[in-house]
Amino acid sequence: MDTLLAGLREAIRLLVHLDPAVVEVTLRTLQVSGTAACIAMLLGVPAGTLLALSRFPGRRVVVGLVNTGMGLPPVVVGLFVALMLWRSGPFGRLHLIYTPAAMVAAQAVIATPIVAGVSLAAIQQLDPRLRLQLLGLGASRGQMALLLWWEARRSLLAAAMAGFGGAVSEVGASMMVGGNIAGQTRVLTTAAVLETSKGNFDLAIALGLILLFLSFSVTLGATWLQQSGQVER
Amino acid sequence: MNEALLSLRDVRVWYGARLALDIPALDLAPGEVLAVIGPNGAGKSTLLHVVAGLRRPQAGQVLFHGEPVDPTHLAYRRQVALVLQDAVLLDLSVLDNVLLGLRFRGLPAREARGRALMWLRRLRVDHLADRPARTLSGGEAQRVSLARALAVEPEVLLLDEPFQNLDAPTRAALLDELGSLLRETGTTAIFVTHEQTEALQLGDRVAVLLEGRVRQLDTPERVFSAPADEEVAAFVGVENIIPGRIVAFEGDLSVVQAGPHRLEVAAAGAFGEPVLVCLRPEDVTLAPADAPWAASSARNRFRGRVVRVVPRGRLYHVTVDCGFHLVAAITPRSLQELGLACGQEVAATFKATAVHLLPRGRRAGA
Repeated sequence: MDTLLAGLREAIRLLVHLDPAVVEVTLRTLQVSGTAACIAMLLGVPAGTLLALSRFPGRRVVVGLVNTGMGLPPVVVGLFVALMLWRSGPFGRLHLIYTPAAMVAAQAVIATPIVAGVSLAAIQQLDPRLRLQLLGLGASRGQMALLLWWEARRSLLAAAMAGFGGAVSEVGASMMVGGNIAGQTRVLTTAAVLETSKGNFDLAIALGLILLFLSFSVTLGATWLQQSGQVER
Repeated sequence: MNEALLSLRDVRVWYGARLALDIPALDLAPGEVLAVIGPNGAGKSTLLHVVAGLRRPQAGQVLFHGEPVDPTHLAYRRQVALVLQDAVLLDLSVLDNVLLGLRFRGLPAREARGRALMWLRRLRVDHLADRPARTLSGGEAQRVSLARALAVEPEVLLLDEPFQNLDAPTRAALLDELGSLLRETGTTAIFVTHEQTEALQLGDRVAVLLEGRVRQLDTPERVFSAPADEEVAAFVGVENIIPGRIVAFEGDLSVVQAGPHRLEVAAAGAFGEPVLVCLRPEDVTLAPADAPWAASSARNRFRGRVVRVVPRGRLYHVTVDCGFHLVAAITPRSLQELGLACGQEVAATFKATAVHLLPRGRRAGA
């Protein structure tokens, strides 16, 4: 109990005084996971939309794969990306292993199926007559997709939230492809793991609180945006 | 046929094994309003979706200005505009909704805005231009939907039961205004409905679609007074369809033996031919059974008993059993004056000229 209280006190002190090491790790986390979430949106939203709108043999299998992908174990992704980026691997020449870029890649692989799955559901939930009406007014496929995204914008925001949430909270893949190098690839989750294993509970708690605060404020902000457009009926 | 704006040739659509649409030939003249009527599931919307380029038929051709086109192609789709049963408006302002089709076509912003506002004005909803579309009533929304389609000034306007979900007064007003707008602008249109009155009011021609086939394509008057076959007759509301056989001719009249009675009808047929006597309920009048035979041109008068009285809109449909069942449509006032009730004896009369004779068993267009 004492450990916990002392940890909390120290954590609050670190936060209030904006401890440089903590700030640095937080910013890197935002940068890496934010970039990964953006990449996931760029890939996942069009993929989910395409899957929602098209009919082809084997579509159900693909939809099943996307839904399975929403729960990809980060350690497996980490292993896969590490193998790809390893010095002797297919992308070894890029020298990306143990860099933030490698972490972005791994987190994007985790977040993309999440974004695609939520987008797929979002587009499928739209009134099917909307497509008929847009095409019936002379929309090209691209124009139709843009307007469908507009109509589904709140759900797509939820997709972004879920994608960022999946990226920022994973630790296994970041550890494996980033290596938790201080000042280079250390992020909130990997740092928290390290500090806990060292018994530095105060620092670990501080990192955990920031992580909580981050995901909480992102979710809160997005929820607020989502609700602000709703008409009270 | 070269003057046709739009033609379908041997167009077939299957849903699984079911042939949902089978149109050997259908031509739409420029400026014409074609009303397509038929019961639910007859293929009306499928036909419209083919013409709108939303569904590629498995067989057949669509000709536009006499040239074969792929109707799912963007260039073709931008020549037509579709209005659906419910105004499917986007979560944008009313004006932005009307601008959609114009923006798709890349019209300069100023011109597009002017045209959108003009059409909102013509549909008398310009005061709503800045309102969010989702706050509109059903009637207002459908006006916006019509403005949105008309704003692109399509070569062919496609209307899929646009008034189906509106209340009666709104529907009547909008139908009237749409009729005037179509005439004023000379817009070519296909108007799908299952309301006969709408077809009568808007259509230059009426196509009766049953089970995916055009059974009759004619002027509204002809479709409703001279349905091509039994099923068309049943659909367009000719309630009296009495089987009989031509047994004699008297001058211009044919005499049809139907049950115990002989009917005189002003229609031609072959001797001995089995026929169907088609008679609209509005053309049957009822009188007290003991009333003297009025000096009128009504050649057919049968006594019978009232077996059923049902309200139908503003009229009552009275079924009289006089050897065969005869349905008469009468006003509430006549119902009261005649004091009609089930079991009562009445005389039903109709003119020889009110009858339309169909050869029995024939099926047009099949």
